[in-house]
Amino acid sequence: MDDGIRIEGLGKTYGQGDTAVEALRGVDMRVAPGEVVGLVGPSGSGKSTLLKCLGAVIEPTRGRMWLGGQPIYDDGWKVADLRALRRDRIGFVFQAPHLIPFLDVLDNVALLPMLAGMPNAEARRRARELLEALDVGHRAAASPSHLSGGEQQRVAIARALANHPPVILADEPTAPLDGERALGVVRLLNEMAARYRTAVIVVTHDEKIIPTFKRLYQIRGGITSEVAGSGARATG
Amino acid sequence: MISLAGRDIRHAWARFVLTGLGLGLLIGVTLTMAGVYRGMVDDGRVLLDNSGADLWVVQRDTQGPYAEPSSVRDDLYRSVQALPGVADAASVTYLTMQVQADGREFRAMVVGIDASRPGAPGWPPRLVAGRHIAQAHDEAVVDAAAGLLPGQVLHLRGEPYTVVGQSRRTVSSGGDPMVFIPLRDAQQAQFQRDDDAVDQDRRRLDASTRDAPAAVREALAGAQLAHPFVNAVLVRVQPGVAPDAVAADVRRWLRHEAHTREAMEEILIGKLIATSARQIALFLVILAVVSAAIVAFIIYTMTLGKLREIAVLKLIGTRDRTIGWMILQQSLLLGAVGFASGRIVAGAWAPAFPKFVLLVPEDSALGLVLVLVICALASLVSIHAALRVDPADAIGG
Repeated sequence: MDDGIRIEGLGKTYGQGDTAVEALRGVDMRVAPGEVVGLVGPSGSGKSTLLKCLGAVIEPTRGRMWLGGQPIYDDGWKVADLRALRRDRIGFVFQAPHLIPFLDVLDNVALLPMLAGMPNAEARRRARELLEALDVGHRAAASPSHLSGGEQQRVAIARALANHPPVILADEPTAPLDGERALGVVRLLNEMAARYRTAVIVVTHDEKIIPTFKRLYQIRGGITSEVAGSGARATG
Repeated sequence: MISLAGRDIRHAWARFVLTGLGLGLLIGVTLTMAGVYRGMVDDGRVLLDNSGADLWVVQRDTQGPYAEPSSVRDDLYRSVQALPGVADAASVTYLTMQVQADGREFRAMVVGIDASRPGAPGWPPRLVAGRHIAQAHDEAVVDAAAGLLPGQVLHLRGEPYTVVGQSRRTVSSGGDPMVFIPLRDAQQAQFQRDDDAVDQDRRRLDASTRDAPAAVREALAGAQLAHPFVNAVLVRVQPGVAPDAVAADVRRWLRHEAHTREAMEEILIGKLIATSARQIALFLVILAVVSAAIVAFIIYTMTLGKLREIAVLKLIGTRDRTIGWMILQQSLLLGAVGFASGRIVAGAWAPAFPKFVLLVPEDSALGLVLVLVICALASLVSIHAALRVDPADAIGG
C-alpha cells in the first residue's frame, strides 16, 4: 500500500489573519499502486487546491504526504527539487489534453523522459510503446491538432505515464468526451494503472464515470471522506 | 533533448518567416543608412584619390578647395614645381553648378584641368568610354553617373561642350558627378562677368584714372578683364619625399597654405560631412531602438500565445532555463532571418539611391552582432513573462 500515495491531515490555508481562507482542513487519502480512485465534490470544495498540493505545484500549510513510499511533505517539503519531483514521479492528465502543439504526438510523449535525461532514441522508443499500448501508435507522427478529442486524451495519458510515475493526477479527464469515450478513458486509466503499477486519482464531476470507481473520495468543505464506490462496470 | 525553439518555429514557419522578413525591411533601412554614411566617406576618399595629388596648395588661411573657397594665381604652379621634392604640380578649379544636357539639368562638380598636360594632377584617373580631353576648349569628360555618353553635348553657363570621354567614381564629396573641362574654360565659367558688369567696371576705372598715364590705364583695363585665378594647385611629390616637408616649404617660401592627404581627409571627412554623419548616427540609434522595440513586441506576442503550453511545460518539469533558452533561441533566429533578409534588400535597393551607398562587410558583421544583441535583450522581457507563468495555470481551477 505504501508504494502509492498517502496523505494525512493535509491542510492548506490561503492568506492570513481575518482574511485567511482554509481551503483544505485535514485531507486523508490512500491510493495503492495500480488503483484508480475517484475524487468528487462540489465547486469550491477544495478539489483543485488538493490537486495542486498533490501535484507539488503549491505548498500545503500542514500535514504529511508520501509518494511511492517516500515522504515528500511533512509540514514542509522533503524534496529539494519540486520540478524534478513533478517530472519524474507525478503524471498529469488535464481536462483539456494540453498537448504541446508544436511537437508531434511521439515527441509530446517522449519529451518527459528526455527532460529527465533519457537519450532521445530511448525516450522515443518508450513513447512509441506507450502509444501502441494506448492504441494511438499509428498517429505517432501526427500533429496534435490533427487528432480527435479521444485520441488527444489517449496521448495525454501516454505522456502522463512516460516516466513511469508512481502516481497520476487526472483533472476532469473525461469532461470534453461523450459517454462511450469517457468510459473508454476510464477503462484505459484502469488498464494503465494496473500495467504500470501506478496510483491514479481522478478528479471528476462526470456522473457517467463516477459509478466506475471501486473507491471514491468525496471532498466537502476542505475535508475528504471515503464513500463507497461500485466500480465494476468500466474496470471489469 | 529536442530543440523546442526549432520545433515551434517549424510548426508556424510561415508566420515566423514573414515576421522575419518584416523585421528585415527595418534592418535593411538601418544597413542602408550606414551605407549612406560609408558612401559619403568613400566619396570623399575617391575625390582625393582621383585628384592624384599628395598636396593641395590653396589660399592662405583657408581649408580649400573643397571645404572653403580658395583663390590662387594660376601661375603659382610654376613656383611650386620649382620647389625641391616636387614631381609635378598643376592648377585646378572646382565649381559645383547646374549642368544642362539632353533636355535636363543636373548638379555637377565642374573641374578645370590643365588640358595641355595629359596625366597631370587633377586629370580623371581612368576612362570607361571615349578619350581624354585633347583640345584646349569645349571638350568635356563626364562621370558615368551623369548619364551622358561620348558625342553628347552639355552646356555650362550657356557654353556648349562636347562629351569626349566617360569616367567612373569621379564624384564630389557630396556625391555629385564630376565634369572635367579645360582649365581656361573653367576659369571663364567660374570668374567671367556679364557684359554689363564689365562695362560698368570700365566706366568706374575711366572715372577714377582720368589723370593717369595711358599705359597705366591700359594695364588696369587689361587686369580688369583678366581672371588669372584657380582654386588650388595639386602637387605630386617625388618618391621618397615626405609631403609634410614640401608643405612646409610652400608655407615658408610661397606663403600659401598646403594640405597633405591626411589633412584633407580630416577636412573632408572630419569636418565637411561631420554634421551629416551625426545626423545619420542619430538615425541609426533611433532605428536600433525601434528595431529593439519591434523585436521585443514580436517575441513578447509570440510568448503570450504560448503561455498555456509554457505552464504545461513547467508543470511537467521543464527547467526555467530550457524555457528561457527556447525564447532566446527564437529571438536570435528571428534576428538572424531579419538580418539576412535585411542585408539582401539593402544590397538590392542600394543601386537605386541617387548617392553612393557603400555596404561594407565590417558594417554587416557589426550589424549582425548588434541585431543579435538587441534580439537577446528584447527577449528578456518575454523570458521574464514566461518564467512568471505559474505551472498551476495548467491545472486550472
